[in-house]
Amino acid sequence: MDIQPKIETKNLSFYYGSKQALRNINIICADRRVTAIIGPSGCGKSTFIRTLNRMNDVIAGARVEGEILIDGVNINSPAVDVVELRKNVGMVFQKPNPFPKSIFDNVAYGLRINNGKNRAKIEEVVEKSLIEAALWDEVKDRLKENAFALSGGQQQRLCIARAMAVEPEVILFDEPCSAIDPIATAKIEDLIMKVKKDYTVVIVTHNMQQAARVSDFTAFMMLGDLIEFDKTETIFTNPADKLTEDYITGRFG
Amino acid sequence: MKKKKVVQFIGFLLLRMCLYTVLAILLLFLYDIGKKGGGSISWEFLSQPPRRGMTQGGIFPAIVGTLVVTIVTAVLAIPLGMFAAIYLNEYAKQSRLTRIIRLAIRNLSGVPSIVYGLFGVILFVNILKFGTSILSAGLTLGLLTLPWTITASEEALKTIPNSYREGSLALGATKWQSIRTNVLPYAIPGMLTGTVLGLARAAGETAPILFTGAAFYLPYLPKSLSDQFMALPYHLYIMATQHHAIQQVRPLAYGTALVLIVLVLGLNMTAIVIRFRLRRKRRW
Repeated sequence: MDIQPKIETKNLSFYYGSKQALRNINIICADRRVTAIIGPSGCGKSTFIRTLNRMNDVIAGARVEGEILIDGVNINSPAVDVVELRKNVGMVFQKPNPFPKSIFDNVAYGLRINNGKNRAKIEEVVEKSLIEAALWDEVKDRLKENAFALSGGQQQRLCIARAMAVEPEVILFDEPCSAIDPIATAKIEDLIMKVKKDYTVVIVTHNMQQAARVSDFTAFMMLGDLIEFDKTETIFTNPADKLTEDYITGRFG
Repeated sequence: MKKKKVVQFIGFLLLRMCLYTVLAILLLFLYDIGKKGGGSISWEFLSQPPRRGMTQGGIFPAIVGTLVVTIVTAVLAIPLGMFAAIYLNEYAKQSRLTRIIRLAIRNLSGVPSIVYGLFGVILFVNILKFGTSILSAGLTLGLLTLPWTITASEEALKTIPNSYREGSLALGATKWQSIRTNVLPYAIPGMLTGTVLGLARAAGETAPILFTGAAFYLPYLPKSLSDQFMALPYHLYIMATQHHAIQQVRPLAYGTALVLIVLVLGLNMTAIVIRFRLRRKRRW
């Protein structure tokens, strides 16, 4: 299967007020592949992923330069409706953030705000999404329970199901496993590898093994710069840059 | 080692003494009013208008007046305060202007109530020509309550984690959808708690209604919002200081005080119940 670009950034720079957080980032995220972003804390990887669904819009004084193309369309152009963009580019956050509603209502939330009123259709999508997120068997008898009753790992899979329910083409994972235990992490990694046949996945992680396990492409960032971007295999076996090598071999970070 | 324990013991003792002192004063106060006013409370006292130059009869018109004015206050202060808080916390950019607005709101809650009264006379009674009426008095009290409502509502909104907002935005919700479906439902009990406390304070105020609508004595109940009215705090003030036979009506004054306190405590209890139920349900 040949590889098509889905997301492409061209000389992307990002500023918080006068502080520059990203410098001329050029990355291509392939369609239905997993792209991992790794790098030490504060390197701008979370900032980067949040530019892809314009979550940074809400931050006062934030400014984007350069282009972000999704399917060839610049998502920062005035013609793009940010609400539509976010429906198409889902996001899973660092800390599981279920809403204080029932498990069912959490997954149904995105459908309901997008005018899905048909009860049967909602039920169908909720079930499908929970199955996709490998959570269905654990929650099918307790859909009315509050989502906070779930464990941390289950909550994160619920958030993934919630993101998938609105049928996005891209899902962004912002360090999705940093707040959960290793067993739950393994489940989420399995899940990411399984869903990449249907979704373009971008994952930020500070766990290099995780990047090596789940991703097809890896970008290594440091202090707002993209140091190296290549096939994951290349990055981890034969990095071109000395900094990348030092980082993946654990010499700093 | 031993010394540390002694210091701790003394510290706790001191803190506990402070608490007991405050409680004792409050209880003494309630006991005094209960003892002196309890004798006046009867069905007749609660359901009859004053008679014979307010030396006999009851305080029914004052109870009704206070309740009606409080409702007018609520109608102004609740929506206006809540929406202002939503705007300030959710929409307004953090700029010098919003900081000044916030500061102004905090300061307004410290303005003496008589100043609100005078402002009410000028704005509602004279300029807007509502006359001395329930409407003027209620609106004046509404203004007095607004800083409380806004501040409390903003605090309630601040307790809602940002991840709820971001979570729903990331699913393609508009900002208003995210606020309406994922912020307000969890903030409203907290907003109401603060608002009810503000209303309780307004219900007990005398100065703002003094010139804006409260009547010395009315033998009938107000028929519309443009009528004058009797109010418990003002009635109490008259009975305690302005009456021609102060000694004789003292029990009635205490009775009025007792009713007013029960009313205000009732409102506060409502706020406490709302908050209690909220805390039990809250999971974040």
